[in-house]
Amino acid sequence: MRIVVPIKQVPETNAVRMDEATGTMIREGVEAIINPLDLYAIEAAIRLRESHGGEVTAVSMGPPKAMTALREAMAMGCDTAVLLSDKAFAGSDTWATSYVLSAAVRRLGEFDLVLCGERATDGDTGQVGPGIAAFLGLPVVSYVSRIESVSDGRCRMHRLVEDGYEVLEADLPCVLTVVKEISDPRLPTLRGKQKAKRADVPVWTMGDLDVEPSKLGLEGSPTRVVKIFRPSVARKCEKLVAADETSVALAADRVVEFLQTRELI
Amino acid sequence: MQHSGVWILAEQQGGRVQRISHELLTRGRALADKRGCELAAVIFGNRIDDADLAELLERGADRVIAMESPRLEHFLIEPYAACLLKLLADRRPEIVIAGATTTGRTLMPYVAILAHAGLTADCTELDIEEKTGNLLQTRPAIGGNILATIKTPRHRPQMATVRPRSTRPADRTPGRVGEIERLAAPADLPPSRVRRVDFVPNADEHGLQDADAVVAVGRGIKKADNLPVARKLADALGAALGATRDVVDRGWLSYPHQIGLSGKTVTPRLYVALGVSGSIQHLAGMQTAETIVAVNTDPDAQIFRVADVGIVGSLFDVAPALTVKLRAAQGKPGGEGTER
Repeated sequence: MRIVVPIKQVPETNAVRMDEATGTMIREGVEAIINPLDLYAIEAAIRLRESHGGEVTAVSMGPPKAMTALREAMAMGCDTAVLLSDKAFAGSDTWATSYVLSAAVRRLGEFDLVLCGERATDGDTGQVGPGIAAFLGLPVVSYVSRIESVSDGRCRMHRLVEDGYEVLEADLPCVLTVVKEISDPRLPTLRGKQKAKRADVPVWTMGDLDVEPSKLGLEGSPTRVVKIFRPSVARKCEKLVAADETSVALAADRVVEFLQTRELI
Repeated sequence: MQHSGVWILAEQQGGRVQRISHELLTRGRALADKRGCELAAVIFGNRIDDADLAELLERGADRVIAMESPRLEHFLIEPYAACLLKLLADRRPEIVIAGATTTGRTLMPYVAILAHAGLTADCTELDIEEKTGNLLQTRPAIGGNILATIKTPRHRPQMATVRPRSTRPADRTPGRVGEIERLAAPADLPPSRVRRVDFVPNADEHGLQDADAVVAVGRGIKKADNLPVARKLADALGAALGATRDVVDRGWLSYPHQIGLSGKTVTPRLYVALGVSGSIQHLAGMQTAETIVAVNTDPDAQIFRVADVGIVGSLFDVAPALTVKLRAAQGKPGGEGTER
């Protein structure tokens, strides 16, 4: 099997702090990691290769430092990797990102599956997986929680939905987005790390892909961020202090009274 | 032809219109009124209930476009995308809004690519920019640390998804009329390369999103062994138990309990936050609750910014005291309060 896993390098979100004065993100000292939800796609891909043979290729669009994420993916067990990096890609929204990633998948040649994480923890859109499928003219199965079998050019899987799961069968090739339930991502081995360090990871720029420049980056992105802000205070909070037995009792009484006036109890 | 009109993408299951559709009508109606245009509810399915379609009109749609075929009974990306793309090409709406459901979050990005449209996921607020008439889409960004307002200046339609339960269903005005179009799916619908073989329903429905009251615990609960403190309060309120991402990541409660950007959105009448700091990631999932009560030891905790009543103190003191008082208030003979 040939499997392509698009991954994204993201800031370690819990570490992101905001500059209260300017409303901007403080980037210094924020570690960049593989999007945690992509690890499940990497793991699922490696397991399929282990049982069916073949090759897993990780691909990422990002700045040159995203190379680290690709080497980490290789240390986990991906066979090859490609970095898509070009100033022309900067400022891409999910439309333009899906466009570039799908062009890279095409250039990689024949494949059976594209496995994506459900979404990235920074952008949180979950739009790029289905977007890649649309550009490739392939069906997408999202929220895949289990791959039951892959045989005879078909993949049978579970898709988590609101009230249960669907059992679906898809013709290959197709694009899947996977959820946490699919696997427990392995840790890179020391040998894997050494191999990944030495590996030759090509960098593809705009010129290496069959893409129209007008559809790239900010220019190619239909959406525009017009404003970034911290949410405003919506409610007047009646604050009570509950420091000792008496004040705890008084506070509890006040809450009960408040809930009664609002007819909540 | 100019693009005009606001669409909401209604959803059905087994031919019955789902609640998310009514929530979308709340959003859609406000936008259509601001734009001074028609609001249409578009729905794909097979043999959709007549009364349910009429109810979409009663809840604010001016027009219902129901496209039906046995092949549209369940969501599958190819037939659904083909039908929506055909309708978009034929009728050219200006705005399309869907629920951020497993269906909406799959169909919308797929179609947005092929329609070369702008799409914004998980919007918490939608508005119309006065000068331009553009759709202003506000959503949490960068892991939910801030909010971003996004627009699509040149491409049409402008597409957005909104989270289920982030708004109330539109009110029903019995007798409100409009046009219902029942259309057959295009005859040249390509065969689907994905087939639905089976469906296995959840064994236990957690019910968090349907609950009128929610008690949520944050890191302040300190360990799983302390959960009974919260459970007892939840029982006294007839509330469902929820949690922040921190609590779920630590394994103290399972993922279905998670409220926030990366979990569920809830809009209960009452939300009680115990030891919840109030990260924007969490607030994104609960700030539309009607009444919010928060207990936290930190007087500067962010959660107090969205709370109606805030108690600065230990949840281990306050929650048990509150549980006792609630039980007493509810047990009082002749009292107004009834157990829910």
